[in-house]
Amino acid sequence: MATVTFDNATRQYPGNPKPSVDKLNIEIADGEFLVLVGPSGCGKSTSLRMLAGLEEVNGGRILIGDRDVTNLSPKDRDVAMVFQNYALYPHMSVADNMGFALKIAGVDKAEIRKRVEEAAKILDLTPYLDRKPKALSGGQRQRVAMGRAIVRSPQVFLMDEPLSNLDAKLRVQTRTQIASLQRRLGVTTVYVTHDQVEAMTMGDRVAVLKDGILQQCDSPRRMYDHPANVFVAGFIGSPAMNLMDVPVTDGGVDLHGHTVPVAREDLTNAGKHVTLGVRPEDLELSSDTSGIPVTVDVVEELGADAYIYGTAEQKLLEATGENAGDVPFIARVDGRRPPEKGEKIYLKPKPGHVHVFNAESGLRIGD
Amino acid sequence: MSRALMKDGRPRSTFSIVTMSILALLWTIPTIGLLVTSFRTRDDAASSGWWTALFNPFSANWTTSNYSGAWTGADLGSGFINSIVVAIPATVIPIMFAAFAAYAFTFMEFPFKEFFFLLIIAVMVVPIQVAFQPMLNILGPRGLGISGQYIAVWLLHTGFGMPLCIYTLRNYMSTLPRSIVESAKIDGCSHYQTFWRLVVPMSIPAIAAFATLQFLWVWNDLLIAKLFLNSSNTTVIVKLQQLLGTQGQGAELLTAGAFISMIVPMLVFFALQRFMVRGLTSGAVKG
Repeated sequence: MATVTFDNATRQYPGNPKPSVDKLNIEIADGEFLVLVGPSGCGKSTSLRMLAGLEEVNGGRILIGDRDVTNLSPKDRDVAMVFQNYALYPHMSVADNMGFALKIAGVDKAEIRKRVEEAAKILDLTPYLDRKPKALSGGQRQRVAMGRAIVRSPQVFLMDEPLSNLDAKLRVQTRTQIASLQRRLGVTTVYVTHDQVEAMTMGDRVAVLKDGILQQCDSPRRMYDHPANVFVAGFIGSPAMNLMDVPVTDGGVDLHGHTVPVAREDLTNAGKHVTLGVRPEDLELSSDTSGIPVTVDVVEELGADAYIYGTAEQKLLEATGENAGDVPFIARVDGRRPPEKGEKIYLKPKPGHVHVFNAESGLRIGD
Repeated sequence: MSRALMKDGRPRSTFSIVTMSILALLWTIPTIGLLVTSFRTRDDAASSGWWTALFNPFSANWTTSNYSGAWTGADLGSGFINSIVVAIPATVIPIMFAAFAAYAFTFMEFPFKEFFFLLIIAVMVVPIQVAFQPMLNILGPRGLGISGQYIAVWLLHTGFGMPLCIYTLRNYMSTLPRSIVESAKIDGCSHYQTFWRLVVPMSIPAIAAFATLQFLWVWNDLLIAKLFLNSSNTTVIVKLQQLLGTQGQGAELLTAGAFISMIVPMLVFFALQRFMVRGLTSGAVKG
């Protein structure tokens, strides 16, 4: 068990003008479950592969515990990796797959057998130990891949989107299983996913990356309540946060005549416009015509709640900060009395549940 | 009948069955002709076509003397031993080296990798006949002095067989999931262990397929064996060719001898064909 430190770790592929991972700094505590999340091409997998030793580090350092592993080969790092496609050895039985690393390390047979059986018991794989991978279901294969990592009892688990090949129901089940298994074993884990729900539910801390640059690294709660910038605000949360371009007025920002209070000192350097973010669940129907006018296009009824997707008379922004052409305005409303399609409604944010960002830099303003 | 379903659930097509049967027949006609001729007397074969014997099977003069004549006349027994001594190393050596090379070309990084691969492929363009004169010089008494020995033939077959083998195996290996090799790296495998424990077992279909081909080529080779082996240690094929006199006498023995020489390649083919099915990698990755 060990801590993991990315110290200005940089990876630049030859012939690529921009680094794929740019000066990454993360400190992962012993036994922590850290999730790397971001859109495709953000460098999350590359970061993981740098830690595994499968990808060269062009700048900075990577430490496992106190050891500088930057230039060590993968086998000397004492890490185990679960691949997205599991990478099981097709010609070996489940038991041989799980014991392979130990066999290569020269551990004696009885010891291998013992450790494989222990891991199989944890993962409910005991009846399948003599089968070949092709005779297993997707979920079982996934567990074999996990088992292969557990058997080695490494210092760090690395997981590269291990759930993305499972169907939706199994994914949700396995998600909790992996999280509780990790808590039980207490092994430091770095987990890569593009699914922000997975990130929020599994991680002790979540690190959001974009274009190879770390945006924010925080607990899921804090990430949700205090996104550090517009990108994180738009990326974390489902359905996504509504982002709007609004003018600054006296004592706050103006939303179609409805003034949302923002502390004056926070707005001093913000300019005339700011980006306002409101999560769909932080909106409520206005009794009068103050607030954001929205024409309802689609009503998604989920039973307890309903989500409305509408067109707002308001300049909406994408998480990238660019002007969005056809991003719908999303709001959660009471599932028993949802508005009709085509109806015009007025929405205003619940007090204290708004996020204000600098229109230029995209950085969060205030707390 | 045409409505019956095949194993994969598609309807059986009468058209394709008929076409395939005709093609198969066309392909085997020469061999059938050879087989029929090998059981006919020299005079019969010289005076009428082989099909006449098939149409009038009872008036034809059937004989097995061609087989006994070929076996004793050409000393095929020792020819078989020689052929086996030539063919097995000449199959194993190129495949082993080519598999090493293919692994390196697929999974390792080294300078000028693409260039070297291209070079090896480019060598395939050189016809082997062109290379004989320089090779006779190098291997002959003015060079290494091993011409006439088995090792000379092994070397030549290795040299001429390897480029295609490297090409075939590299193409196959590049279809293996890369993550398996990466996983092996993390599991602590050296390249040598990765090669023997993972890549070779997963490449068995390609290796078996190429081994079959290489064995058939080497077994049926006349030119290299004729030029680089002595008459005392030469192969079945050369011995058969020697049955044929300058005036064409002994032609009837050749047909029978051809069938005798075919036995071993047939056995090899049937023994290895079950490895030639793909799908060994199924179950390795995702669902």
